[in-house]
This record gives sequence, C-alpha cells and structure tokens, in this order.
Amino acid sequence: MKFALLLAITSLMFATPAMAQQQGNATRGATLYQQRCGACHSMDANRVGPMHRGVYGRRSGAVAGFHYSPALQRLSVTWNDATLDRWLTAPTRMAPGTTMGIVTPNAQDRADIIAYLRSPAAH
Amino acid sequence: MLESRRSLLKTGGTLSVASLTLLLGANVSGCAQAQPEAQGQDVQLLNAAIALEHEGIAAYTIAAGSGLLQPAVVQIGVTFRGHHMRHRDELIRAVQALGGVPVEARAESDYVTQLNVASLHDQSDVLRLALGLERGAANAYLGLIPSLGVDYHQIAARMAGDEAFHAAILGNALGEPIPAEGLMFGG
Repeated sequence: MKFALLLAITSLMFATPAMAQQQGNATRGATLYQQRCGACHSMDANRVGPMHRGVYGRRSGAVAGFHYSPALQRLSVTWNDATLDRWLTAPTRMAPGTTMGIVTPNAQDRADIIAYLRSPAAH
Repeated sequence: MLESRRSLLKTGGTLSVASLTLLLGANVSGCAQAQPEAQGQDVQLLNAAIALEHEGIAAYTIAAGSGLLQPAVVQIGVTFRGHHMRHRDELIRAVQALGGVPVEARAESDYVTQLNVASLHDQSDVLRLALGLERGAANAYLGLIPSLGVDYHQIAARMAGDEAFHAAILGNALGEPIPAEGLMFGG
C-alpha cells in the first residue's frame, strides 16, 4: 500500500505538461495542415496568415513583413506544445481581437498538426 | 437609480416590468458593454475571410490569364471566381454593417508571389493549387463558425458549401477518388 502510494506520488512528480497532451503523428499532421490551415497559411509565404516555417519555438507575432493584429502583437508567448494546443483550441479566447478564428476541436487533430509543426519538415 | 431600487425592495409586492427593468439596469448595461467587444471580434474574423476571398479571386484571375488552361476550364474558373466575388461582397456588407472597414485586396503581383505561381507549369498544377485553396477555404469557414457571432453562422456555412462544391469539381477533374468516409470537411 505504501509502495503503491509512493509510486503514484513519484509519477505525478515527473509528469510533464507534454504528457498530458496527445502524442502526435507528424505525417497525418502534414496532411491536416494543408487541409485545415492551408487556406490562410503556407510554410514559406505570408498570406492571410503569417508563414509557418520555424513557428515551433518562435515567439508569437515575430514573422518579419507580416502585419499582425494588435491582439497578436500583445500576445507574447513562445509557440510550443501547450501554447499551440491552446491556440488551436480557441484562438479568440487566447488572444481576443485576433483575426484567426479557426477552431480545431479534436485533440488528436491538434496534436498531429503540432507534431508536424515541430518536425524537421517544418523547420 | 440605486435608491429607487432599494425602495422597491423595501415596499415588497409584485414587481412590474418597469420595476424589474430598474432592478436589472446595471446588468443590462453590462451586457450592452459586452456587445462592442463581440462586434469588434466579428469584424476581425470577417475581414480575415474577406482577405481569403481576395486571394481566391486573384488566384482564378491569374489562372485564367496563365495560358495553361483549356478554354472550358478557364470558363469554370471564371464561374468559380464569380462565386468568390459574391462571398467577398457579402462579407464586405457585413463588416460595414458592424461599423468596420473592409480589408482591401493586395496588388496582383503580391498574390503571384505568395501563391508561388512560378511553380505552375501545366493545367494539372493549376487545378491542384485551386483544389488546395478551395478545400482549405471550406475547412476554414467551418472552423470559423465557433468563433463567430451567431448572426454569421449561416452565411459562413453557406460559403463553406460553395467551397466544398468547388473542391468536388476540381477533385473530379484531377481524377481524385471519391472519399469512402463522410464528414470530409471541418472537424
């Protein structure tokens, strides 16, 4: 009983925020990126939205030459698993006044898109 | 106003509609204050949709003048461009009704660059570009609905329907198989 309790506590101590999120499939994520994000974004061109090559690990509102909304200029986050997951879940809640309103409600879809953005193919 | 509400509560009895309105006065004005924020958010989102339509219109214009398309395909593209122009005009009206300023189209040369037109060498390349844009637009409108004010849900859904129609025609022209599973857009 004491061992089981100790094991549970130890597991909680070493749990990271990433473990709380789904594991992503970057290959499926690449397809989803084209289908769900491709209307406004490209890897290498600023379009309706800013280009996404290298977005993972980058500060928000930082792509040169793109005219960000005041909401994104104020946001001040680093794009990682947690922040991208929050963003794709509800962008207008994360940055009220943003021009990006596309919601990705499915957690696995979000994880796959994030896995693609994290992958070497997107850097 | 506060003293009037307190005296109503002291005297008791049945509250009239006017009395109820007086009691709820602070809450009503609080709700009214929330509306401009929601309208401002809708203006931002609808303007992004206008930008999307500007890009789509430019894509079909560039495609029609590329010399890469058969005449019948040019005609289909011109028809689809007309649909996008109608979307653009509806969205512009919506933004103006909200007191916003509709975003303007960029120069055609900007779209040539951002769509990487230089990489298009034949009709299939052009159709694949158009298919990607239409498929993306259908998904974008559907994904936008949860963020939009409820007044704009139906128009967003109708526009998604048009884009999905375009995608189906383009996919068929490219010989893509019909998906076996339904619910192929949104999600």
